Amino acid sequence: MTTTLPKTAPASFPSSRRLLLWSGIAALCAWVLVPIYLVALGAFGGRQGVYLWPKTVLPTGVSIEPFLLFLRTEGVVGSFLNSLGAAGITVALSILLGAPAGYALARYSFPGKDGYRLLVLLTRAFPLAILALPLTVSFIKLGLYDTVVGVGLIHTVLALPFAALVTQGIFLGVPRELEEAAWVFGCTRLQAVLRVVVPLAMPGLAATAVFAFVISWNEVFAASVLTVRNRTLTAYLLTVLAESPMHYRFAGGLLLILPSVVFIFAVRRYLFAIWGISSK
Amino acid sequence: MSQNRPWIPYVLILPSVAFLALLFLVPLVQTIWLSMSDNGVPSLANAQRMAGDLNFTRSLKNTFLLTLAVVPVQLAIALAMGTMVGKIGRGRETILWIWTIPLGISDLAAGLVWLAILQNSGYFNSLLYGLGIIERQTSWLSYQTPVALFLAIAVAEIWRGTAIVMVIIVAGLNQVPKEFREAAEIFGAGPWVRFWRITLPLIRPALQSALILRTVLAFEVFSVVYALGGRNFPVLVGEAYNWQNQNQNYGVAAAYAVLIMVVSLAATVVYLRAIKVDPERLP
Amino acid sequence: MANIVIDGIRKNFGAFEALKDISLTISDGEFVSLLGPSGCGKTTLLRIIAGLETATSGDVLIGERSVIGLPPKDRGLAMVFQNYAVFPHMTVYENVAFGLRMQKADDRRVKEQVEKAAGLLHIEPYLDRYPNKLSGGQRQRVAVARALAVEPRVLLMDEPLSNLDALLRLEMRTELKTVLQGAGTTTIYVTHDQTEAMGLSNRIAVMHDGVVEQVGSPVEIYNHPATRFVGGFIGNPPMNFITVAVEDGAVAAGTLRLPAPAGAGREVVLGLRGEAVALAAPGDGLDMTVRVAEPMGSHLLLTGAIHGQPVRVILPPAERVRGGDVISLRPDLDRITWLSPESGKSYPAAMA
Repeated sequence: MTTTLPKTAPASFPSSRRLLLWSGIAALCAWVLVPIYLVALGAFGGRQGVYLWPKTVLPTGVSIEPFLLFLRTEGVVGSFLNSLGAAGITVALSILLGAPAGYALARYSFPGKDGYRLLVLLTRAFPLAILALPLTVSFIKLGLYDTVVGVGLIHTVLALPFAALVTQGIFLGVPRELEEAAWVFGCTRLQAVLRVVVPLAMPGLAATAVFAFVISWNEVFAASVLTVRNRTLTAYLLTVLAESPMHYRFAGGLLLILPSVVFIFAVRRYLFAIWGISSK
Repeated sequence: MSQNRPWIPYVLILPSVAFLALLFLVPLVQTIWLSMSDNGVPSLANAQRMAGDLNFTRSLKNTFLLTLAVVPVQLAIALAMGTMVGKIGRGRETILWIWTIPLGISDLAAGLVWLAILQNSGYFNSLLYGLGIIERQTSWLSYQTPVALFLAIAVAEIWRGTAIVMVIIVAGLNQVPKEFREAAEIFGAGPWVRFWRITLPLIRPALQSALILRTVLAFEVFSVVYALGGRNFPVLVGEAYNWQNQNQNYGVAAAYAVLIMVVSLAATVVYLRAIKVDPERLP
Repeated sequence: MANIVIDGIRKNFGAFEALKDISLTISDGEFVSLLGPSGCGKTTLLRIIAGLETATSGDVLIGERSVIGLPPKDRGLAMVFQNYAVFPHMTVYENVAFGLRMQKADDRRVKEQVEKAAGLLHIEPYLDRYPNKLSGGQRQRVAVARALAVEPRVLLMDEPLSNLDALLRLEMRTELKTVLQGAGTTTIYVTHDQTEAMGLSNRIAVMHDGVVEQVGSPVEIYNHPATRFVGGFIGNPPMNFITVAVEDGAVAAGTLRLPAPAGAGREVVLGLRGEAVALAAPGDGLDMTVRVAEPMGSHLLLTGAIHGQPVRVILPPAERVRGGDVISLRPDLDRITWLSPESGKSYPAAMA
């Protein structure tokens, strides 16, 4: 045993180290936030803003007008709505199909459980969006090509494994005893799920839904491959990218960012719990 | 749970199994078949055509270099973030939220964000001009400046993709009781030793899944490249996209897809082997 | 109200036999504890009675009717869970009312029953609160009130007090006894705590390794353990076991010569409660080498050896004995249990 105390004991944390720590944190925060601020400046700066030289980081000459002009461009609102539609389908399908599977994984042990988990984990090792390539042909045959439903279906392939794993963790978080108590006091299995499990799992399920939304909202490749006229916002932006002026590109970037940021804010409490679960 | 109705779990997983079979396993087999056949006959024509393409070697090299450059940096930043945030009390929630914002940002949007900064009359050039380093607008994103373009794409990818690694790492760190580190400290381990000997081994599962997820995503890099450099910087997925949409050659596109899958699976296997997770050695 | 017949219940988890042919009859209105160390199968048995677990074979009858195969909701029972299982998203009132609501009772009856149960358990002030705002003891009361509100034919309790601190546990134990005596409900109570089982039960079933070792009243089980396990499990300190030789139908223990039990072989185990001894004159009786003497205030606890075998005995607090002493003890002959060293069963049952 040495008699010297560790120099980094939290109680006597030297102020220079504190300063270093907080500078690091501030720098990393700036690293995340400043680029978003700059693209917003670009989106609100309009045509003149793009060629302004040299630029300052102060918001000079910005107005809402250029952004509104972008929104009125043909195809923007339509693709925005398509993105919402595809994301809505993804959310609904991945929860409706994923949550029951998550419940089964959480509550039952059954032959084939490991096989199912393997299937779900296998999807993670694959670049899933690429699987949109062969689907073009079958989607044309089924009338799903170039439809919001078709995009929603392929996005569900991305979101469903995630939803199954995450809801497994959420249902594991609802004590089994509560469900058993509901049975003992007169519930059928279904009643117990609806009256006890679902209300308690609701916040987690909502967070899972938000993640499914973000997964679909941000997906570029499959959406671009599977649509021609009914583009989602990402697919639309990708195809018009080369021809559009700079400030339209920035406006498009901002429009893509905004909903996701709001959603991530809404579920920030669950982010770490969910990834803690799904990284197992 | 009572076992008197053993069919219940199967009914519960059946819809998702059917869905994944139809839209994951079938297209998977289709992709493989498409890439290895020509007019319905097994053939390596597509693979040969892919390998013979002008952009093939470049796109393969670019994708690998990008992955090699991006993933370690993301992991390092994420570990730094996780360590830093573990040392603070108040403000922790807000800081974590800020750091996770890029999680909700698509790669296309990330490309557009960095385009605003790195374009000729953008903020990066303005900064360099203000500091007197350059005298007129400089181009970073053209095919004449491949190194700068590579760095720009790497920066944009690091900016966007670190969040997911950070979230998984922090979630892993949250599951390590701080008593372990405190015990190590009492026995005289300094911060560096604690990090390497205690923390890192205990978050192996998080490291493993973060690396797998992030590497697979890095092999899929496409729209951030497209937003920043257009066709100037070919990558594998971009080539698949072009063969599919521009050239309407589904076979070669499928060959690229299979190549990406093989590379992703190989990376996953490597990680699973390299970072062994033994549940019995975890808390 | 109903009696319960457990008939040849077996339960296997894979190759592991959790319950090995358990049979037990519980009369109407009786309070029976299933007592045993963790892993003995007591909770599994309770869960089989509740319908939360399926038996591998055997039958359970509640009120003369077989309930095997019925879902829990159709068995007419209520249960208090170890972690209370109070629904966190419902108020205390709705928790207590839950079972009645599921029976589609009308609002008047619900109100009546909830108030009655809440009154018994003294939780009226919290009826509008959510369980998260309650202490562990209060949640425990809610769980019991919820079970009593449905006036079940059978009440099952799974270690209901194990999550409370020692003081609260004692208080709740007394209160449970008061409340349940009034209700007269057939109750099965699972616990690993012998004082709970002794204090609450009409009868105790001591379980070990998936087998019921002995069923009897608390006093019977304490004074006449059927097996070495029961003697060693019940009582604090546990019963002492001293293996002694049998010669010519008699046992030589120290200076004492005791008649050996009928059917004993060459050796027999003398089962002796720690407090069933008195200090004797030196050299008269069983010699004990005292290793440690612990004055506990109400008594003096001695740890040491008799015939080279470890024992613990209790003497009145005033006796002056210290570590290292050799003392002589005279056992209370009426309270000796003889056990077979081979089977561990007590005589005369060991002869069978």
